[in-house]
Formats: sequence, structure tokens, C-alpha cells
Amino acid sequence: MKNKSLISINDYTPDELLKIINLAEEFEKNPIQDILKGKVIATLFFEPSTRTRLSFESAVNRLGGRIIGFTDASSSSVKKGESLRDTIKTVSNYCDLIVMRHPLDGSARFASEVANVPVINAGDGANQHPTQCLLDLYSIKKTQGTLENLNISLVGDLKYGRTVHSLLMAMSNFNPTFNFISPNELKIPDEYKLFLDNKGIKYYEHTDFSDIISRADIIYMTRIQKERFSDPIEYEKVKNSYVLHNDMLKNTKNNLKILHPLPRVNEISEDVDKNEKAYYFTQALNGVYTRQAIISSILGLK
Amino acid sequence: MTDKTILSVTAIKEGTVIDHIPAKSLFKVISILELDKLNAQMTFGTNFISKKLGRKALIKISNKFFKDEEIDKIALVAPEAKLNIIKDYQVVEKREVEVPDTITGIVKCMNPNCVTNNENVITRFNVISKKEVALKCCYCEKITDQEHLKII
Ligand SMILES: [Zn+2]
Repeated sequence: MKNKSLISINDYTPDELLKIINLAEEFEKNPIQDILKGKVIATLFFEPSTRTRLSFESAVNRLGGRIIGFTDASSSSVKKGESLRDTIKTVSNYCDLIVMRHPLDGSARFASEVANVPVINAGDGANQHPTQCLLDLYSIKKTQGTLENLNISLVGDLKYGRTVHSLLMAMSNFNPTFNFISPNELKIPDEYKLFLDNKGIKYYEHTDFSDIISRADIIYMTRIQKERFSDPIEYEKVKNSYVLHNDMLKNTKNNLKILHPLPRVNEISEDVDKNEKAYYFTQALNGVYTRQAIISSILGLK
Repeated sequence: MTDKTILSVTAIKEGTVIDHIPAKSLFKVISILELDKLNAQMTFGTNFISKKLGRKALIKISNKFFKDEEIDKIALVAPEAKLNIIKDYQVVEKREVEVPDTITGIVKCMNPNCVTNNENVITRFNVISKKEVALKCCYCEKITDQEHLKII
């Protein structure tokens, strides 16, 4: 994995996914180390994403590395019309690793072809966000003790939600059972169902957010956005049907954990927060350890 | 008019005849093969009636022999195309075209938010289905299907 860019979650084999997860566990036990001393990491955020950027910068800082970069494109040469190719070529002379977030789909793959240092994709448009996926996997492994044979309910926007698609692809290496719970307009796309069919993985589709979660080991909640609906009336009809309330968790399994990529709007009601099954804030913290694992593995330090 | 008589009208001594091109794809084939940049003698014919294709086109090029990877690109717009390799006025070899496994350039990604449609990047696709052509963009990972396939 040394010097190999991380652009898409599919770039990693199941063994490599597990290697990162195990490494993240190590960093959680010992998060402050000096292994990045003398290394410069560029964080290029062509669109703002404070949450992701702070998580990366915290990961680097705790390992003694230095950071250069920009937090949104308006403060950089990009605004003056510089091409992505030129920006990446220039910056890759100044650093050991590039962390990039960009609004265009596929921009990260392109950057990795142009740069002479490895690139970590911190989100390319609607396409991929592999470090989010790895922290989801780490959260699942940590709370369930395994990634194998789990029952996973995915709730909300399953059509456009890139975190859901990446999680589905990555978890499919570990024989899960999926329950897809979404309004008709936001059902999981056929290409993913075809993918699961080919792998022989069981999945069930539901439009009702109901008892089905009583069998779940993991509930992965996502945001339903108004702009995804062509008909605003349809949105009004469904917007409150996919909200998780504390009383819905009564008959759920003891080991159940609720995940959410954050930020949430109203899809998890605040009365869930104090339930020990709520895990989304710890999940965000896990992002720091996971990113430490990814960075040090790509730089060949672990 | 039969194929034979068409061939005989402007028979070539050495070269390649590409037959069974759908008439609507003739200019796409010319552009994919960059025939406009070629210095050879060429004949283009179009709107011949074909039982199989409706209206078909054909191209004859003197003293030009294509490599497989060159000619297979036209399978995207002319999957039924047949090649006749001519030596000394005789057809010495017949070939069909096959959609290649990867396609670089030629096709536009149908995703407007793809980096290839916004920066100066040459497109690249993995072919995930050859029969009903489906191309997966190596950059944005979205699929461009037959219906949305546009030649650059
Ligand atoms: Zn694309």
C-alpha cells in the first residue's frame, strides 16, 4: 500500500481494508506519536468541508507532521483560472502526500495520475469518499468485534448517498445481510443490486421504516435532501417517515449501534443521542484514528 | 446494386474495404479512424440499401492496413462492420470488429460533473458490456450506456 493513492474504496482488497482497520485500532491505543516528523502533508480543499479537513489535520498534527494547503478554492490560484493539473503538479513538489477534496467527480483519480506523490481522496463530487468508508468499517468492527455475517439496515437516501454505496461495496466482502429502507424515489440503484446478486449477498428492500430493524446489528442513517425530489409534494410526504426515534429502539438487539456520516438534520431525533446504541459521535472520532492509519500506511511508516 | 458491383466500380489494388457501416455512423467512423488526416486515396459510399442495416455505408482505402486496436474502436458506432483486406484486387482476409476492453479518448463521459468534461483530461473507460455497449468511466466511475454514447 506504500505510495499507493487511495481514490476509491474499491482500490483496496479485503486484506488491505483489514490492515487499515487493525492499524486504526493501534492508533486509538496510542494516538500521539512522532512518526510524521519532517513530513509535509498538503490538504487541498477546493470546496469547504470543515469536518473532514479538521479530522485529517488533527490526524496529521497528532503524529507530528506539518500541513500546507487551502480551505476553499476562492482563496487560491484556482480562482485565477489555473487548471487542476497545474495546481496538483505544483503542489506535489512541496509535499509528501496530498489530501484533496474537489467538487468534480473523478478529480481525485485525475490528480493521482498527475501528482508525483500519493493522493488521498477526501471526497470527489458525488463519487467517492473512501476515508469515510474506512472509518465506517472501523466503527463497525470496533462495536461488533467482527465484519463478518452482520445484519445491516441502510436508511434514507440510498440513491444518491455515496457513503451508502461505498459501504455496501466494502461490506460485501464480509457476507452481510442488507435491509434497504427508503422512499421509492430514493431506492438503491439497480447496478448495486446487480453487484450484490452476482456476489450472492442477501438483501431486502422496504419502504416502511418498521420492525425490520429489530434484527439489525448496524443501522446506518442518511439524510434525505429536498433537492433530490423532482416533486416537492413527494418530499413533504416522506420527509418524516424516515426519522429514527428512541421508542423505535425498544425491541432492537443489545449489540445494535446506530451510525450516521454526519451532519444530521432531523433524521435522528435528539432523544436517541443518550441511548447507548447511538454511536455517531464516536464514529466521527474514529475518523481521526482511521486517517492516521491510512496516512502512515501510504507513507510506508507502518 | 450488389456489393460486388459497388466494389468493382472503384476497385482498389491494395488496401482495406470497411463494409456494413450504418449510414448514420459513416462520419463518426471517419473521425474515429482519423481518415481526414490520412494521405491515402479513399472512396466513401453511403445510403446503400442493406437488408440487415437499412442504409449502410462503406469505405475503401488504398494502401492502408489497420492494426486490430486501431480498427476495433469503430465497433462502438459500427458493431456489424466487416473488413476486407485487399491484395492485388483479391480479398485475402475478412475480419469483424470487436469492442475493445478499454477505450481511451473517442467517447465523451455522459456525466456532466465528470472531471473529463470540465478539465483538459482525455477520457478513459473500462468496457463492462460489449453487446449492449456500457462503458465505466475510469475517473467518475459512472456508466455511459449505448443510448447516451457520444463520440468526441
Ligand atoms: Zn466520467
